[in-house]
Amino acid sequence: MSDAGAGDLPSPDVSPTPETEKYWAAAAEGRLLVMRCADCDRFYHPPRARCPDCLSENTEWVEASGEGEIYAHSVTRQMGPPYHEATPYVVAYVELEEGPRMLTNVVTDDPEALSVGQSVEVVFHETDDGEYAIPRFRPV
Amino acid sequence: MADHTAAIAGVYEHPTREAPDKSTAQLHGDVAVGALEDAGLTKGDVDSYFTAGRPGRVMAMVDYLGLQGLEYVDSTDVGGTSYVSHVGHAAAAIAEGKCEVALVTMAGRPRSRSGDGGPPSGPQADFEETYGIGTVNMYALAARRHMHEYGTTAEQLAEVRVAASEHAQYNEDAMFQDPVTVEDVVESRLVSDPLHLLDCCVVSDGGGAVVVVSPEVADDLDRDCVSVLGHGEAVKHHDAGDIDLTYTGAVESGPRAFEEAGITHDDVDYASIYDSFTITVVETLEDLGFCEKGEGGEFVEGGTLRAPDGELPFNTDGGGLCNNHPANRGGMPKIIETVRQLRGEANEEVQVPDAEIGLSHGTGGSLGTRMTSTTLVLGGDR
Repeated sequence: MSDAGAGDLPSPDVSPTPETEKYWAAAAEGRLLVMRCADCDRFYHPPRARCPDCLSENTEWVEASGEGEIYAHSVTRQMGPPYHEATPYVVAYVELEEGPRMLTNVVTDDPEALSVGQSVEVVFHETDDGEYAIPRFRPV
Repeated sequence: MADHTAAIAGVYEHPTREAPDKSTAQLHGDVAVGALEDAGLTKGDVDSYFTAGRPGRVMAMVDYLGLQGLEYVDSTDVGGTSYVSHVGHAAAAIAEGKCEVALVTMAGRPRSRSGDGGPPSGPQADFEETYGIGTVNMYALAARRHMHEYGTTAEQLAEVRVAASEHAQYNEDAMFQDPVTVEDVVESRLVSDPLHLLDCCVVSDGGGAVVVVSPEVADDLDRDCVSVLGHGEAVKHHDAGDIDLTYTGAVESGPRAFEEAGITHDDVDYASIYDSFTITVVETLEDLGFCEKGEGGEFVEGGTLRAPDGELPFNTDGGGLCNNHPANRGGMPKIIETVRQLRGEANEEVQVPDAEIGLSHGTGGSLGTRMTSTTLVLGGDR
């Protein structure tokens, strides 16, 4: 029986770029980073060098609280590799306390019980190659 | 404007839904011949070519089809709506005098050739693919949020499938020809909550083609031509974390197309609405202005979408939900069925009487991340 609990989900390797390496390295240390534009105060995700609003390069990494709430979620019951053996698992947008809505998984033994607006907190799963970690969320 | 308004002179939908013994390029060839024959034109008349997706770059297909002396090519790839965009782009190029006879072809074989894969990954890949996202669960997120904000129900989404299935029973080429009920839909297995199997479109091999011509060429043809009255496009995306899953790019593409055509949604007699999933239709109908935002679920109840007598007859070929979604790109059949309706050549039981203004609306990419909406307004006045 698969139950979408922590540890049942695949943790495929990621391919960091010069723009994203800090994000994945921080995740490996158990820290979730978001980006903020110092010029227009916009918080955003995924990371990129220039602000997606004003295109300023005056952007910075901010450590997120790791708390948020479910914006939308789906219990996926059919998927190809590498997730084929992980079904049912939960894909979701989590709205971070800092603002951005982040695509992620919610790990839980009871996916049917999740609801929009539910509070969640970040957890980290080491990638297969041991180099980085994947931020996911679990109900608080 | 009328002097420069391009027209669709020929269309062809490949009758196959499973093509294990043909190459994808071969299907392109089949549909090119079909659409040119429908228009009463020949390969030598073609001076511009538009395609996207498989099996190769536009140059490879020009070479394969043996097209000569082309003056204009366009390989805009915005997923399933690419071909709806191509018609708009062809009409613009024709209005500019860049070309006179534009051929648009598409084909693919996702049923017969697995592992075709998706488009190349963008810079977001690690932040998305890592989490086991797919087409269905991304649209499921949109459905979940729409239900949460507006109280839309699974039974209301099911009405979209029911209407499409009622139409498909008259289409002998449709992949699924048996009418279904709301109960059939909501009792089919969940693929990704809250979307059931019957909320999802078919996966089919096949293809289609369109020939767009200048008004001068159209006037010389014996075939009924359909004017390209308006075209609008819009890209909507994740917006670095500000994504709102309850609407589509149609909120922008629709008004652009309506304004260019000089019409409102009240003038639309028939609509082909991209139906990758039932939720795609509900959000799009709201965004195009056929009902208020959030009221799409109520709007589709009571047979609104059923031909010929519903308030807004839609997808009379059975749509992507029941008829055909070739290459996982459903835009081409959306154009073709609108042309059939405006020519009075739809299946008799679902032909909308005196249809003069038709809509073809395409959706490419994913409601859950980034997407392109394309709206075409077509007129059967030629």
